[in-house]
Amino acid sequence: MASSSVPKGTPNFPEYQTEEGRLKIFGFWVFLAAEVVLFSTLFATYLVLADRTAGGPTGKDLFEVKDFMIETMLLLTSSFTCGLATLEMRKGNKKGVFIWMITTLLLGAGFLGMEISEFVAYVNEGATLQTSAFLSGFFVLVGTHGLHVTVGIIWISLVLIQVAQRGLTPTTCRKLFIGGLYWHFLDVVWIFIFTAVYLTGLI
Amino acid sequence: MDLFNFKMPEQFIIMNNPLIIGAWISIILASVGIVFFVTKYKKWGYLWREWFTTVDHKKIGVMYILAALLMLFRGGFDAILMRTQLALPDMKVLDAQHYNEIFTTHGTIMILFMAMPFIIGLMNVGVPLQIGARDVAFPVLNAVSFWLFFVGAMVFNLSFVIGGSPDAGWTNYVPLSGSELTPGVGINYYLWGLQIAGIGTLATGINFFVTILKMRAPGMTLLRMPMFTWSTLVTSVIIIFAFPVLTITLALLTFDRLFGAHFFTIDAGGMPMMWANLFWIWGHPEVYIVILPAFGIFSDVISTFARKRLFGYHAMVISMVAISGLSFVVWVHHFFTMGNGPWINSIFSITTMLIAVPTGVKVFNWLFTMYKGRIETPAPMLWSLAFIPNFLIGGVTGVMLASAPADYQYHNSYFLVSHFHYVLIGGTVFGCMAGLYYWWPKIFDFKLNERISKWAFWIFIVGFNVCFLPMYLVGLQGMPRRIYTYKAEMGWTMWNFVQTIGAYLMGIGFILIVWAIIYSIRHEKRDRSGDPWHGRTLEWAIPSPPPHYNFSRMPSRITSADPYWDAKKRGESMFDENEPLKPIHMPNNDGMPIVMSGFMFIAGFGFVFEWLLIAFIGLLGVIGTMVWRSFKDYDADHYVQVEEIERDQAELQASLEGRS
Ligand code: HEM
Ligand SMILES: [Cu+2]
Repeated sequence: MASSSVPKGTPNFPEYQTEEGRLKIFGFWVFLAAEVVLFSTLFATYLVLADRTAGGPTGKDLFEVKDFMIETMLLLTSSFTCGLATLEMRKGNKKGVFIWMITTLLLGAGFLGMEISEFVAYVNEGATLQTSAFLSGFFVLVGTHGLHVTVGIIWISLVLIQVAQRGLTPTTCRKLFIGGLYWHFLDVVWIFIFTAVYLTGLI
Repeated sequence: MDLFNFKMPEQFIIMNNPLIIGAWISIILASVGIVFFVTKYKKWGYLWREWFTTVDHKKIGVMYILAALLMLFRGGFDAILMRTQLALPDMKVLDAQHYNEIFTTHGTIMILFMAMPFIIGLMNVGVPLQIGARDVAFPVLNAVSFWLFFVGAMVFNLSFVIGGSPDAGWTNYVPLSGSELTPGVGINYYLWGLQIAGIGTLATGINFFVTILKMRAPGMTLLRMPMFTWSTLVTSVIIIFAFPVLTITLALLTFDRLFGAHFFTIDAGGMPMMWANLFWIWGHPEVYIVILPAFGIFSDVISTFARKRLFGYHAMVISMVAISGLSFVVWVHHFFTMGNGPWINSIFSITTMLIAVPTGVKVFNWLFTMYKGRIETPAPMLWSLAFIPNFLIGGVTGVMLASAPADYQYHNSYFLVSHFHYVLIGGTVFGCMAGLYYWWPKIFDFKLNERISKWAFWIFIVGFNVCFLPMYLVGLQGMPRRIYTYKAEMGWTMWNFVQTIGAYLMGIGFILIVWAIIYSIRHEKRDRSGDPWHGRTLEWAIPSPPPHYNFSRMPSRITSADPYWDAKKRGESMFDENEPLKPIHMPNNDGMPIVMSGFMFIAGFGFVFEWLLIAFIGLLGVIGTMVWRSFKDYDADHYVQVEEIERDQAELQASLEGRS
């Protein structure tokens, strides 16, 4: 299993140094492919149900441009800082990793907080999961993304603890890198939510 | 949504029927018996160390297959009950409700908890050995897959005795399966049993995809892989693209039932047809997930026992890839009658018929492989030979069903029931049997007894056709599926009676197979040399059973798709014996998978009964175990030292000499 020779063409980065690291990163890409299918199914469902408001509120009634623009900015910026953290990791700069990753997580938490208060506001206006097919689709699609962000925040925090304990080893670097891939993926999914749910919902 | 709501279903402990009381008694006796004997012989430690925490793909494969055989028994028992009820008009073995429950659990168990784990078990046993790997890419994840499947199966089976079984068919169509028409826990069992097992399957798909792409021995190019490995690769891709759809579909109905959402409801804008679409977008690929690996097994078995290279290797690969693509664009053929309009129906009719083309190519390739071969017919080959005509019947009737206008007649009749049993039994089950017989003397150091196995085979094959051929006829006479009884005036009595005889014959066949296993464990000749069938592929080049690290040296002379056969012809070994032995890097056993899955059981149980507090405690446990595992990820492996490898080799040598 452990072959010390690194295959030709492998990037010379810490996360790729071990056989295990290479396998797990590749496996994670495949997992992300499955996640794409998962979200595609949710998007398809949402789009089919989007007009079925059953006399309840529509997207136009609910969505606040300012709020979802801020949410989008928070998440996009967090993707950028996450990329900076990966760069610092490759330079072997533990402090840089912490600065940028914690910034990333804070931005993520800000996003999450806004999303939660958005959901609470809708529920207070009487727009709940039970109101209409449109809202069922909305809450489950956007909520699944939000759940993923929550998982990402907890997971990356745990990885950061491991980095604090053990430093930037090939194993912790692999974990950081995979956490980063996951984070970027969530950002991409959000772009689609932004377009297919919020922007489209305004028209 | 109240955390502290512990509402009780109408009946918690089901006791209203002698059959179920019988099940209770046997469950309790079996559990007490197992606990007693394991404790008496002090085997808990052994079980924990060697099986419950194992990450060895061979042992995981064995556990999958054992569980699959158990589930085959449970599903088969359901089938026998249904056939007994239908043997004659107006029988009173099962009432309507009980019949509904039984055909639902039968279908669900046979596909999700029998066919899937059997196939995945064989993949676990076969694939790493065929490609020259020492384990799968993610051994711990592999154990997680198994235990999640196991817990899913347990949750599902619990429904029989606690709370009540699902009763809306394995297709679980809404609105019937919605909370208005079917309140109670039965459908929740379906949703959570499948959800938990399905996540495990998705992980298996990822695992084998990476294993096959990244862990092949030097020289094993993609186009030198054995056909079973190829079929596993293609199947893994289908799993990766199909199973997330199932995850979501089940989750959406869970939201409808538990939290009052409106995805599939009739009111508030929900769309019942969306269930049919989503279910079959997963469901049709699913039937190919269970058939393609069987195709792979038949290819390997047929070329082994025809003593010939597989005919049309490239065509075999291309047709499998074509089938995998087509399998995603035919799903509407399951509901031609549900108002899709002529255009949609026509398109899906054509895509469905197209599948017959690559399938036909494969059939001809198997036939040409045998042409002018020196054919031998031990049990694995018998099952493969029987597959070809039986599967053909299933495939041809499939093409008949694919014609949308004609399907208005066939749909939901016994004609359809016969179609899918001919492909699922004649294809998947025969394939599982062929694979089990073929690799048995690789997993263990003996074959299964030929004489008993031949009896089992013939009784099963005859029984199968006696049971299912007449179904086409009663189907054409208009007998619908999923009815619990019929009147004598319908004129279906004779064929139904014949079918029941066939079903009992299949039952006898199954018992004989189990007997062959028990008999062989006690009496069959032991042989560790590892090549009982004069095999062609890599797995036969190592001893039986293989050491836990599979290969003491990596194979070094893979020059074709039949590397071992060619090496034998050249008079060479697959391994360079001059190469010094090196320590081997292996993963440690791990308790996380079983503990985490145990918490998953608690979570599943909580969700089924909508006791959210219990469900969340279970989920917290799942997360907790994963976090704990992540922190001890740093000493998860060890090296097998050269002395141990040498000791193993000496032991093998002694056993081989003792034999001759
Ligand atoms: C030549 C290839 C095949 C064709 C053209 C075909 C066609 C069809 C069609 C049109 C139906 C729907 C009929 C109806 O509901 O009225 C159907 C049902 C079904 N087929 Fe096939 N099929 C093929 C192969 C297979 C294979 C290989 C399997 C599984 C191993 C399979 C399993 C099933 C099952 C389980 C159902 C019915 C499910 C249900 O309604 O409960 N088929 N097939
Ligand atoms: Cu189909």
